[in-house]
Amino acid sequence: MANSPKDRRYTREDEWVLAVDGEGTVGITDFAQEQLGDIVYFDLPEPGARVRQFAKLGEVESMKAVSDLFSPVSGEVSEVNPQVADSPEVVNKDPYGAGWLLKIKLADPAELDNLLSAEDYDARLAEGEGH
Amino acid sequence: MDGEASPKRSPLDDAHRRMGARMAPFAGWEMPLQFAGVVEEHNAVRQRAGVFDVSHMGRLFVSGSDAAALLRKALTYNVHRLPDSQGHYALLCREDGGIIDDVFVYRMEEGRFLVVDNAANAERDRDHIAALVEPGMDVRVEDRQAGTAMIAIQGPESPRILSEALSAALVERLPRHGCAEFELSGAKAFIAQSGYTGENGYEMVMGPDQGRALWEDLIGSGVQPCGLVARDALRLEAALHLYGNDIDTGTNPFEAGLGWVVDLDDEPFVGKEALLRAKREGVRRQLACLKAMGKGIMRADCPILHRGQTVGRVTSGGFSPALGVSIGMGYLPPALAVEGTALEIDVRGKLLPAEVVRRPFYKRPL
Repeated sequence: MANSPKDRRYTREDEWVLAVDGEGTVGITDFAQEQLGDIVYFDLPEPGARVRQFAKLGEVESMKAVSDLFSPVSGEVSEVNPQVADSPEVVNKDPYGAGWLLKIKLADPAELDNLLSAEDYDARLAEGEGH
Repeated sequence: MDGEASPKRSPLDDAHRRMGARMAPFAGWEMPLQFAGVVEEHNAVRQRAGVFDVSHMGRLFVSGSDAAALLRKALTYNVHRLPDSQGHYALLCREDGGIIDDVFVYRMEEGRFLVVDNAANAERDRDHIAALVEPGMDVRVEDRQAGTAMIAIQGPESPRILSEALSAALVERLPRHGCAEFELSGAKAFIAQSGYTGENGYEMVMGPDQGRALWEDLIGSGVQPCGLVARDALRLEAALHLYGNDIDTGTNPFEAGLGWVVDLDDEPFVGKEALLRAKREGVRRQLACLKAMGKGIMRADCPILHRGQTVGRVTSGGFSPALGVSIGMGYLPPALAVEGTALEIDVRGKLLPAEVVRRPFYKRPL
């Protein structure tokens, strides 16, 4: 069974958010990067862009396909990981660490309750739900 | 009513699953999409060697004293020009000049030919060729796909690796596109110096048991198994056509840049009259190689814009690990299909700057 980091929350679309002091760092899960295969490009919003929880955030492209990314939280994009533009493969190698995608100033921390815990996310994976 | 036929499986299917390959349906077959990862497989082929299971491709054995005559009728390339132990790229066309398939035809010797064609078109091609047999012709068209495996090894180290696995005498005497029959574990096998990656390499046809043994042998000696996604990335870098994308029944050889495999000399072949006309009239569009000048990825069906106007669509596209940018092909008005033309590719609403470049995108170092 997957052992997703317990310090963060998860969406059903395989994104994670790590919330600290009103700011959420967002990325994709290990399961997502494995399913995608070699990632070659991210299409992400710029700093200043406003995003809504569960709305389309951008796109991730692998060698064979394009996938939509969905935002785990609502708020304003404060930072985009510069490494991801030049070396998108960092997300394959370290999806929970160096492969973070962006930081969002949380509009409403209560939204985190709408997300899955690590245990629930891992249970979903184990049951093969939605994949 | 019969349900949909279940996908065919390669003789190497078991080996792929044991290796944990990611499998997917392709042209009625279950084939490996990737093993270690697309970029890793691509790099292995460009730097050392990779092996591909290509057992899904069609294999037609055409024999008899009228074998050459039949193939001359069916193919745009004049097989009478083909020496013994040699192969050549060719097209199968319709009467209207539209391309039915692209194939490789090998002449083992007088009266014995092997035609290798695309998996998706194997049955159609076989029926098309068989229908051209005239009464009294001494020729047999045999489908050799079931009951054989086909393996390709591609990359700069393939001559050395295959010489060790088979025999240096066999491998080293093959010229470019040369072919030979040989014995492998007591059964007949076929080898050709050909491939679909732009690297040096070989394609081999043999019995299923021999295929399984050779596959394990090559992987055991460190050759990287490669799947269909890497195969497509490699052929695109080499600017090789993909049937169904870059060429199809709606395209003629001249627009596709394949006039060099059309012999309009003396004898008739299916589509000759239409192609003579097309050649006289000139092309109305031309397949061009496109290279992204930004970071997005062009894919098939993306519109191509020139000065704000849509002038074509991408037929093949993807990311090139060798070049580090997206590459693709598409038909353009002939005046724009020249090196340096600045274009924009509409990738799902975002405009990606691109330019026309000469083929191939990747050329192996000498």
